[in-house]
Amino acid sequence: MIIGEQKPLDEIQGLLEDAEKVLVVGCGTCVTVCFAGGSREAQILSSSLRMSSKLNGHPQDVSDVTVQRQCEWEYLDEIEKEVAEADIILSLACGIGVQAMAKHFPEKWVVPGLNTTFLGIPVEQGIWEERCAACGDCVLGLTGGICPIARCSKSLLNGPCGGSEDGHCEIDPDIPCAWQLIYDRLTAMGREDNLLELQPPKNWQVSRDGGPRKIIREDLRLISDELES
Amino acid sequence: MSGKDNGYLVGSHLEKMLRAGHFAVTGELGPPQSADPAVIHEKAALLKGYVDAVNITDNQTAIVRMSSIGAGTLVLQDGLEPVIQMTCRDRNRLAIQADLLGAYALGLRNLLCLTGDHQIFGNHPTAKNVYDMDSLQMVQMVTDMRDKAIFQCGDEFKGQTAKFLVGAAAAPFADPTPFRPLRLAKKVKAGANFIQTQLIYDIEAFAAYMEKVRELGLHEKAYILAGVGPLKSPGMAKYMKKNVPGILVPDEVIDRMLEAGKEWAGKKAADLSPEEKKARSKAWQTEGIQVCIDLIKEIQKIEGVAGIHIMAIEWEKAVKPIVEGAGLYPRPEVN
Ligand code: SF4
Ligand code: SF4
Repeated sequence: MIIGEQKPLDEIQGLLEDAEKVLVVGCGTCVTVCFAGGSREAQILSSSLRMSSKLNGHPQDVSDVTVQRQCEWEYLDEIEKEVAEADIILSLACGIGVQAMAKHFPEKWVVPGLNTTFLGIPVEQGIWEERCAACGDCVLGLTGGICPIARCSKSLLNGPCGGSEDGHCEIDPDIPCAWQLIYDRLTAMGREDNLLELQPPKNWQVSRDGGPRKIIREDLRLISDELES
Repeated sequence: MSGKDNGYLVGSHLEKMLRAGHFAVTGELGPPQSADPAVIHEKAALLKGYVDAVNITDNQTAIVRMSSIGAGTLVLQDGLEPVIQMTCRDRNRLAIQADLLGAYALGLRNLLCLTGDHQIFGNHPTAKNVYDMDSLQMVQMVTDMRDKAIFQCGDEFKGQTAKFLVGAAAAPFADPTPFRPLRLAKKVKAGANFIQTQLIYDIEAFAAYMEKVRELGLHEKAYILAGVGPLKSPGMAKYMKKNVPGILVPDEVIDRMLEAGKEWAGKKAADLSPEEKKARSKAWQTEGIQVCIDLIKEIQKIEGVAGIHIMAIEWEKAVKPIVEGAGLYPRPEVN
């Protein structure tokens, strides 16, 4: 899922400028699960903003609402009324949700309350780790289900580099070396031959490097066209 | 090792030394954090005649410095042959190839392909890194430039190809250690003609590594140069042992360094007069050089080692006594 982290309060206050009516919009999916932008966080943030704006001498009218998913148009229709009443929208969704809000309500100024950090997993309560960089050409089948693109600091395809020590990456003793993990897993599975083959340079064109990506599924489009007609 | 043009791949001095079977000596020169050519010329003067070729580092430890190709060209003007280091951190495949065309045109003939230290260690930690390719892929790309006259995309060269003696690094004691000889095999398969290792202080561990390397026949396919470097103090030895991945420093080496400074043992730097401090540094440095000489003599006994790579960055003066002390001076002539 998508992992996000709330921006510092003073940065958020700066983004809200001197708007009188603020609508904080939470999202009920990924950012709820990672405790960054769900309805609970939307409520807490709203009251902190109310309080701090009062203390600053420019009290703001801050309310909140949370939708199931900010990244789907149909859910956004549900909050049309609340949005219409606000001067500014503070979205607590990931960057996708923020953009969906801005697109769906073109007359409103929408600002982000989170930093969208990565695609990852809660490895244990309170700890999230990155797992995928959406590279567009998944190599997990070679590496035993451990991603060298997102989890190796240098995205090496023929790792490990010389910086691997005691299982951790050269950049930080708290970051496991992805290639040590891959080595251990392939060895345990009797597939160490995968390590001996020279992997050619990656095709980054299907990654973000090739420009913004888009998927068109004609099969699905036809169905929706049929439904509409 | 097949080759064209008189049997040489590129005909560099380093290649000729290695092919002639001489125990090769390479050094290292760190370009300055400035645009001053004088620094390069000064360092080159200290190394000339004592090494067969000198590595020019590429933004070493991710700190911006004069480019390896620029500094290498200056070194070449001084009559010392450079080995250009090139990392994957700062350039994508277009930039690497373009820079290498320029490097060849400037007369540079030896190349060391590196992954590169992560930029968070350097002076621009907020920079975006590249890592479009890794060092093995770079080895293969530059080998294909030379031997197949093609660019990475498969397009053929139009005109003069860029031909380099291709080197790669090896970290024999980095983790996972059982994989290290196999990773070296991969580099050799990708096309590496010579290998320079991380600093070796633990002869026993290195001999065991070389045994694996020989089992795989790698010493017959690539020239392996063992990395050595003089210690400046017991503190430096302890620091490397503890903090630098892939460097093993046995206690005997640390003990030798401590012993050299025992006259001042137990005294803090603040308790010493400037003269005493100087005398202590001198004693440590003399022993550091001697340890290095002794290591080289041990390394020479290990089958399959084709030479040494002396890393004495910011202490280029030490190279002369090391090479002389190890009985490797004067350097043989080849033509
Ligand atoms: S290989 Fe690519 S798609 Fe697969 S997990 Fe890694 S980044 Fe994601
Ligand atoms: S230490 Fe491991 S994870 Fe870190 S850059 Fe090197 S190979 Fe990648």
